[in-house]
Amino acid sequence: MKGNSVKGWQMLEERIKSLKKEIVNYASLVESMIEKSIDGLYKRQKDLLKSVIKENEDKANEMEMRIEEHCIETIAQFEPRAKNLRLIIVALKMNNDLERMADHAVNIADSASFLIELPKETFIEEILTLADETKKMLKDSIESFIEGDTKKAEEVCKRDDVVDDLQDKIIKALVINMCAEPDSLDSIDQKVHIIIIAKNLERIADLSTNICEDTIYMVEGKDIKHGN
Amino acid sequence: MVKNGLKVEKLNLWFADKHILKDISFSIPDKKITAVIGPSGCGKTTLLRCFNRMNDMADNLRIKGKIILDDYNIYEEKVELSSLRMKVGMVFQKPNPFPKSIYENVAFGLHIKGIKDRSKVLGIIEKSLKDAWLWEEVKDRLSSSAMELSGGQQQRLCIARALATNPEVILFDEPTSALDPQATAKIEELIVELKNSVTVVQVTHNIGQAARISDYTAFLYLGELVEFGTTEKLFTVPQDKRTEEYLEGKFG
Repeated sequence: MKGNSVKGWQMLEERIKSLKKEIVNYASLVESMIEKSIDGLYKRQKDLLKSVIKENEDKANEMEMRIEEHCIETIAQFEPRAKNLRLIIVALKMNNDLERMADHAVNIADSASFLIELPKETFIEEILTLADETKKMLKDSIESFIEGDTKKAEEVCKRDDVVDDLQDKIIKALVINMCAEPDSLDSIDQKVHIIIIAKNLERIADLSTNICEDTIYMVEGKDIKHGN
Repeated sequence: MVKNGLKVEKLNLWFADKHILKDISFSIPDKKITAVIGPSGCGKTTLLRCFNRMNDMADNLRIKGKIILDDYNIYEEKVELSSLRMKVGMVFQKPNPFPKSIYENVAFGLHIKGIKDRSKVLGIIEKSLKDAWLWEEVKDRLSSSAMELSGGQQQRLCIARALATNPEVILFDEPTSALDPQATAKIEELIVELKNSVTVVQVTHNIGQAARISDYTAFLYLGELVEFGTTEKLFTVPQDKRTEEYLEGKFG
């Protein structure tokens, strides 16, 4: 039945479909890790933070290794070219970005674990706003990759400035605050952890723009990194 | 700027009323490997054979346009076919040594060129066989029949035969399709080495081979030159949807 046989390019397309699915699952895990870290901080729920640190990180590492393995196998078996090649290379890079985001989520959960043992810090609301922006950027960056939507990807890149501004404002306000109470060590410790959280959220947003830049390369073959 | 090895200008070719090559224009850079790829019947071998006028013998052939080599159009009437073919050598799909000795195979073009001095001929034969990476394997049996060599060795002998006349261009028509993977790898490495001294134009069905060894790639489809560019760019970011689909294996 030669007419019904599966062709090489169809086998590759199937492989790419399942690779995309794995990336979406991985991104969902990372999104939930960020969500839980921030929720754990806001709702002061230790178990949420614990699950990010103890369970999710291992799962994230495992998923990263599996996706990397699948990308390498696909290159070796199918010798993808043109758009397919770009897609696999982008999947590999995204995989790496997601793994780093998972690490940032763990850092946030670590700092949050420290903070929830202390009286409620006043800057939590600002952190929530920053986290919301960051999570939206990550979600949209993944969608832009899945849908090959370069407009959405470009729009996400622009939003990075909003996150940078929010982070700067938080850090500035915290520094002023610390200068006002230089002798309160507990309070300084607390504020340093808030800064760490803000910094980690900003890094996640930054990595989301990487995903968008790579998506534009995947779809159009255009490298827009570093002002290109 | 890359010097032009061959310049194709508005080349059109018909066999009877069949329009095989359609308005093809591009420049093949000097001392580089240019691969011509495309599905079966797209005209790539016909294009290759235009470069040393191998199509001339075909019935009902009509050609319009120019192919410029060394500032003249090779289709001008004054061009002598034998001297053109000395300048533009060709290696075919299946190794085709003459049923003569190894020595006579390589010396063939030299006799036509009128080079008779035995020591000179011997020197060129040795150099050509060395350049084709065959010398060490045959130096003690130059008078043996070329037909006794393995497929890969025969193909390298054909390359040595082409090199002996000191060509500017060598055309390769699927040079490894009849060879095993090991012999293929050797020919590929040899072709890469050859570009130090000659311009190489290669027709291949083996897309991986074009990606590995060529500097430039031309994609032909239904007699049209769809895309021409550096191999790196064409294989990663093709500009035309047809090139992309061909490279992805969706047709061909």
